[in-house]
Amino acid sequence: MTAATTAPVRDEDDDRAPASGDPFDQDRLPTPPGATGTLLRSLLAPMRGRVAVTALLLLLQQAAVQAGPLLVAYAIDRAVPAFRGDDNGPLIAVAVGYLLCATAAGALQYAFVNASARVSQDVLLDLRGRIFRHAQELSVDFHERYTSGRLISRSTTDVESLRELLEEGLQELVMVVLSAVYISVLLLWLDLGLGAVAVASFVPLYLLVRSYRRRAGRVYRKRSTAIATVIVKFVETMNGIRPVRAFRREAANDADFAVLNRRHERTNGDALLEMARYVVGSRITANTTVALIVLWGAHRVADGSLELGVLAAAVLYLRRLYDPIDRLGMFLNSYQSAAASLEKIAGLLAQTPSVPEPPAPRELPGRRAGLPGRDVVFDDVRFAYRTGGEVLPRFGLTLPAGQTVAVVGSTGAGKSTLAKLLARFYDPSDGRVLLDGVDLRDLTGRDLRREVVMVTQEAFLFSGTVAENIAIGRPDATREEIEQAAKEIGAHDFIAALPDGYDTDVRKRGGRISAGQRQLVAFARALLADPAVLILDEATSSLDIPGERAVQRAMATVLKGRTAVVIAHRLSTVEIADRVLVMEHGRIVEDGSPAELIDRTGRFADLHRAWRDSLA
Amino acid sequence: MPTTPSPPESRSAVRTLLRLWPYVRPVRARLFTAALIAILASCIGLVIPLVLKWMVDGPIADRDPAGVWLGALYLLLLGLAEALLFGFRRWLVARPLSHVEAEMRADLYRHLQRLPVAFHDRWPSGQLLSRATTDLMLLRMFLAFPLTFLLVNGVTILVGVIIMLVQDWTLGLVILVPAVPVLITCVVFEKRYSGAARRAQDQVGDLTTVVEESVLGIRIIKGFGRHRSQAQAFRELSGRLRGTELHKARLLATILGVIVTLPELAIGAALVLGAVQVADGSLSAGTLVAFLSTALALRWPVDSIGFLLAMSQEAATATERYFEVMDAAPESGVRGGTSRGPALRGAAAPTRAAHGGTSQAHQALGEARMPAVASGLRFENVSFRYPDAPSDSLPVLHRIDLHIRPGESLALVGATGSGKTTLTALVPRLHEVTEGRITLNGADIAEMSREELRSRVAVAFEEPTLFSASVGENVLMGGGTGEEDLGRALAVAQADFAHALPQGVDTQVGEQGLSLSGGQRQRLALARAVVGRPDFLVLDDPLSALDVHTEAAVEAALRRVLADTTALIVAHRPSTVLLADRVALLSGGRITAVGTHHELLRTSPEYAHLMSGAPAGEQEDQR
Repeated sequence: MTAATTAPVRDEDDDRAPASGDPFDQDRLPTPPGATGTLLRSLLAPMRGRVAVTALLLLLQQAAVQAGPLLVAYAIDRAVPAFRGDDNGPLIAVAVGYLLCATAAGALQYAFVNASARVSQDVLLDLRGRIFRHAQELSVDFHERYTSGRLISRSTTDVESLRELLEEGLQELVMVVLSAVYISVLLLWLDLGLGAVAVASFVPLYLLVRSYRRRAGRVYRKRSTAIATVIVKFVETMNGIRPVRAFRREAANDADFAVLNRRHERTNGDALLEMARYVVGSRITANTTVALIVLWGAHRVADGSLELGVLAAAVLYLRRLYDPIDRLGMFLNSYQSAAASLEKIAGLLAQTPSVPEPPAPRELPGRRAGLPGRDVVFDDVRFAYRTGGEVLPRFGLTLPAGQTVAVVGSTGAGKSTLAKLLARFYDPSDGRVLLDGVDLRDLTGRDLRREVVMVTQEAFLFSGTVAENIAIGRPDATREEIEQAAKEIGAHDFIAALPDGYDTDVRKRGGRISAGQRQLVAFARALLADPAVLILDEATSSLDIPGERAVQRAMATVLKGRTAVVIAHRLSTVEIADRVLVMEHGRIVEDGSPAELIDRTGRFADLHRAWRDSLA
Repeated sequence: MPTTPSPPESRSAVRTLLRLWPYVRPVRARLFTAALIAILASCIGLVIPLVLKWMVDGPIADRDPAGVWLGALYLLLLGLAEALLFGFRRWLVARPLSHVEAEMRADLYRHLQRLPVAFHDRWPSGQLLSRATTDLMLLRMFLAFPLTFLLVNGVTILVGVIIMLVQDWTLGLVILVPAVPVLITCVVFEKRYSGAARRAQDQVGDLTTVVEESVLGIRIIKGFGRHRSQAQAFRELSGRLRGTELHKARLLATILGVIVTLPELAIGAALVLGAVQVADGSLSAGTLVAFLSTALALRWPVDSIGFLLAMSQEAATATERYFEVMDAAPESGVRGGTSRGPALRGAAAPTRAAHGGTSQAHQALGEARMPAVASGLRFENVSFRYPDAPSDSLPVLHRIDLHIRPGESLALVGATGSGKTTLTALVPRLHEVTEGRITLNGADIAEMSREELRSRVAVAFEEPTLFSASVGENVLMGGGTGEEDLGRALAVAQADFAHALPQGVDTQVGEQGLSLSGGQRQRLALARAVVGRPDFLVLDDPLSALDVHTEAAVEAALRRVLADTTALIVAHRPSTVLLADRVALLSGGRITAVGTHHELLRTSPEYAHLMSGAPAGEQEDQR
C-alpha cells in the first residue's frame, strides 16, 4: 500500500488543498480582465431598443425642463418691452410655452420612470436568474470550496447594490450628463463668454470626480468584502443555533460578530467621509464659478454689452447645472459599490463548471425490457485532486446491470469519491466511467440525472410541503405516486400523522420532522425518481433498526433489476447486496459476494464479526 | 413556496419610525446639529437670489463697478459657506450613522441568538438575513437623507415662500396654489406605496430563502438533476418581485409627474404675471429675477419630496420587519426567582476549578462531591408540547418520569419520531418543559440561569455542526483548557485525525474552512461534548456516522468517560445501548419501560423489535 504513506489523512469529502493563498480564502475569485464589462454589455444588449426609448424620453424631458430659464430671459428682455409697447403677443407666447413645457415635463417624467423601471427590473431579473442558474450548474467541488454565505451574498447584497445603481444612480448620471450638455450649449448660445467660463469649470470638477472614484473604489471593495464576512457569520450562527445555545457560544459569537460588524461599520464610515470630501470640493467649485460669472456678467450688463435677462437666465441655469452635482456623487457612490459587486458577480459567472455539458451529447440505448438497470464500467479510472494527492489509483470495475453492490471500508478509503465519480459530481482525472457503454461525459445533464440518482447523507428539506419535498425526485409525479413511494419506504404513517398530512409545510407549525424521518423522505424521493442506477451514501445512519430494515425491505424490491451502489457504514445494509467491495486507501482490496467474503479471512470477515458481536 | 409570517397590524409610518429612537438617541446631538447645519446651508442658498436682486437693482442699474465687486464677493463668501456647511453636515453624520446601523445589526444578532430554538424552527434564515442586511441599509439611508431632508426641505420651502410673499405677495400666492393638490397626492401615495414596499421587501426575503436553500441543498438538487425546477421556482419568485417593483415604479412615476408639473405651472404663471407688473413698473426687474431664482431654488426641495417620502416609507417597512424579530420574546430567564442561583454557582465553582487537574484527581473529586448533594438527573412528571402547537393537540412528551443516578448512563431508545431528540433538548433548556420539572442534583433547571445550566450539561447533537474556527477552538468550546484537555478529548472521540490535518488542530474548519466528512465532524462534536468533563452529558445518537471499527474504538474510550459521568444517550443500535448502564424505552411520548438491555430484550417486545429489527409480532409469539 504505497498510497498509505503518500496520502495524508484526508477524508473523501475533503476536496481542497490545504492551501494558504487559495483564492477562495480571500473571497476573491480571479475575475478575468474585461469580464465585468462583457457582463454588463450582455445584460443590456437584449434591451437595446428599450434603452434607446428610455434615453429618448429622458432627452425630451430634460429639453422641456431646461426651457424654463430661456423663457424667463425672453420674458424679461423681449416680452416686457413689447408689452409696454402694447404688443402682448410675446407674453402670450411665454405663457403658452411655459404651459406646454410644464405639462410635457410631467408627462415625460411619468413615462420615463416607468420605462426605466422596466429596463432595470428586467436587467435584474436576468442577472438574478443567471447567478442562480450558474451557481446551480457549478459542480459540487466548487460548492464545497465557495461557502454558501458568499454565494448568498453574491445573489443578495451584490445584486441589491446593482439595483440601487440601476434605479437611482444610472438615471441620475444620464440626467446630470444630459442637463450638463443642454445647459452648456444654451449658455454658450446665450453668451459665448459666460458659457466658456461655465464649461471651463468642468475641468476641476472632472478631476475631482476622478480622484473620488479612485479613492472610493478602494473603500467600496473593502466594504463589500466586509459585509460578505458579516453575512457568512450570520448565516452560520442561525443555521447552527442549537449547538450555539448548548455550548453557550452567544457571548463569544457576539464578540466575533462585533469585530466583523465593526469592520463593516468602519469601511461604511470611510465611504461616507469620501463622499463628504467630494461634496465640499464640488460645491466650492460650483459656487466659485457662479460668483465669477455674476461678477463678469454684472460688469458687462453695467457697461451695456450684456442684457439683464441673459444674465438672469445664466444664473438660473448655473444653479441647475451644479445642483445635481451632489447627486452625481450619490450616483458615483452606487456606481462604486455596484462596480465592486458586479466584479464579484462576474468572477462567479466566469467560473466554468468542472463537469461541463457535452458539446455533442450521445443518447443512451433504451433500457432492456424488464430490466430497469444499466451496466456501469469504470474503465481504467484514476482520480486525483487538481492540487495533487491521489485519491483513487488507477483501477477498473464492472458492475453488471441489476447488481446491488455494497462498498465498505474505513473513513478516507475513497468510497465517497467512487460514488461521486459515478454520479458525475466529479470527472475522473484519467479513464472513463461508462453507462451502458456511453461515457458519462457524453450524456446531457438531464439524461444523466434521470438514469443515475444519488441519495447523500445529509437529508436536507426544502421549504414547502412534504409532498413537494418527495416530488423533487420526479416533479411530474401525481399525488398517488408520491404516496405510493412514501408507503413503500415506510414513511406514510408519520407523514399522515402530521397536521396537514402530505401538505404540511416543513417550516411551519407542527412541521417538525426528525432526522430519521427526513432520511425516509430522502428515500421516498429516490424511489420516486425511478433511476437505472441508484447510489446510496451512508444514508441510513439516523434510522433506527426497524426503520432501516423497512427501508432495506423496500429497497430490496426497488433495487431489483436496478444497478445500485450502496456505501455502507452499517453491515446490515450489506445483507441486501449481491456483491461487496472492500476499499482501503483508494484501492479495492476485496471483491465478492457477502457469503464468500465472510468465509474468507479478510477485512470484511473481521468487520462482519465485529458487527455481529455488537448485535449480541 | 416560502411565505413570511404575517405582519402585525399596520401602524402609521411615523409611529413605526419612532421606534428607531433608542438607537438614534446616542447620536442625537450630532444628528440634530447636522440637521441645523443643513437648514442653515439651505437658507444661505435662499439668500443668494437676494444678493442678486440687490446687484440688479443697485450697482448694475447705477453702473457702480465697486458695488459689483462687493456683490460678487458676497456671493463667493456665501457659496463657500454653503459648501463647507454641507460638507460639515456629512462629516458629522458619517461615522455615527454607520455606527447606528452596526449597533442595530449587532442587537439583532444578539437577540436572534437568544430567541427560543422554536423561533428558528419557524423562521427561514433568509428572512432573518434580509433583515440584517438590506433592511438595515435602508434604515441607514433613511437616517442620512430623508429624515434630515424632509425637515430641511420643509424649512427651506417655508423660508423661501416667506421670502417670496414678502417680495410680492400676489406672485407668492400664485406659487403656493399647487401646494394643496401636491399634498393630497403625497398622502394618497404614501398609503399605497407603503403596501407595495412591504410586499417587495418580503418577496426579497422569500427570494433569499430560495437562494439559501438551493445552495445548502446543492447535493440533493445535483443528485436528482433538479436545478431546472429549482430555477423555475426562483424565476417565478423573482418574476413576482419584478411585478411588485414595477407597481412601485408606477406609483412613484405618478407622484413625480404631479410634483414636476404643478409647481412648474405655478412658476410659469408667476413669470407671466411678474412680467406684466414689471412692464407696468409696479415691480422692479431685480425683484422678478430674485423671485424666480428663489422659486427655482425651491424646485429641488419640492421635487425631492416624492422620493424622500418613498424612502421613508421603505424605511418604515424595514423598521417594522426589524422589530417583528426584535419583539419576539427571548428565552425566559430563571423561573421562580433567582434566590438559588448564586448558591449553586458557588457550588459549581470548585468543580470547574479542578478541571485542570489529572483524571485521577478529577475522579477523586467527583466521588467526593457526588454523595453529598448529587441525586443525578431527574425528570419529574415532564410533559412537553411545542409552544406554537394548538393547546388541544397531543403533547410530544407525556408525563415522563425518569431518574438517572449520579455517574450512571442511561440509553434512550425509541422508534423514529418518538420524541427522543425533543427529550434531550429539554435538558439544556433548548425547549422549556410544558409541565413538570427536570432537576440536576436536586436543583430545578428552570431555576438555574441558562449560562450555568449549560455549563454543567454538555451536548453532542445528531447533526454535528462545526463553526468557522480552528479544530482546537471548536472542541474547546465545550469547556476545558489548553493542549492537555484537547488531546484527551480528541483521543476519547478517536479524532486523532485532527493532528494530521494541514495545520493540525489549528486547521480552520466550518463554513469558511476545510470541509470534513460527517464521521469526522461527529467525532469532533463528541470531543467537544466531553472536553470540559461535564457533570452531565447528553449525547444524541453520537456514533451514527461512524464506521464499525471507529465506532468500536470510540465506544471503548467513551466507556471510561461515562464511568463517572451522568449521561443520557439517545441510541439506535445495540452497540450504542451497551455503552449505558440502563435503558429507557420511549414510546408514543411516554416512557414505557426501564431496565438493562438484556432485561428489556426479554420483557419488552417493542424494545426487542427496535433492537433486532424482527417484527414485533413474532417476538410476541415467541414470548
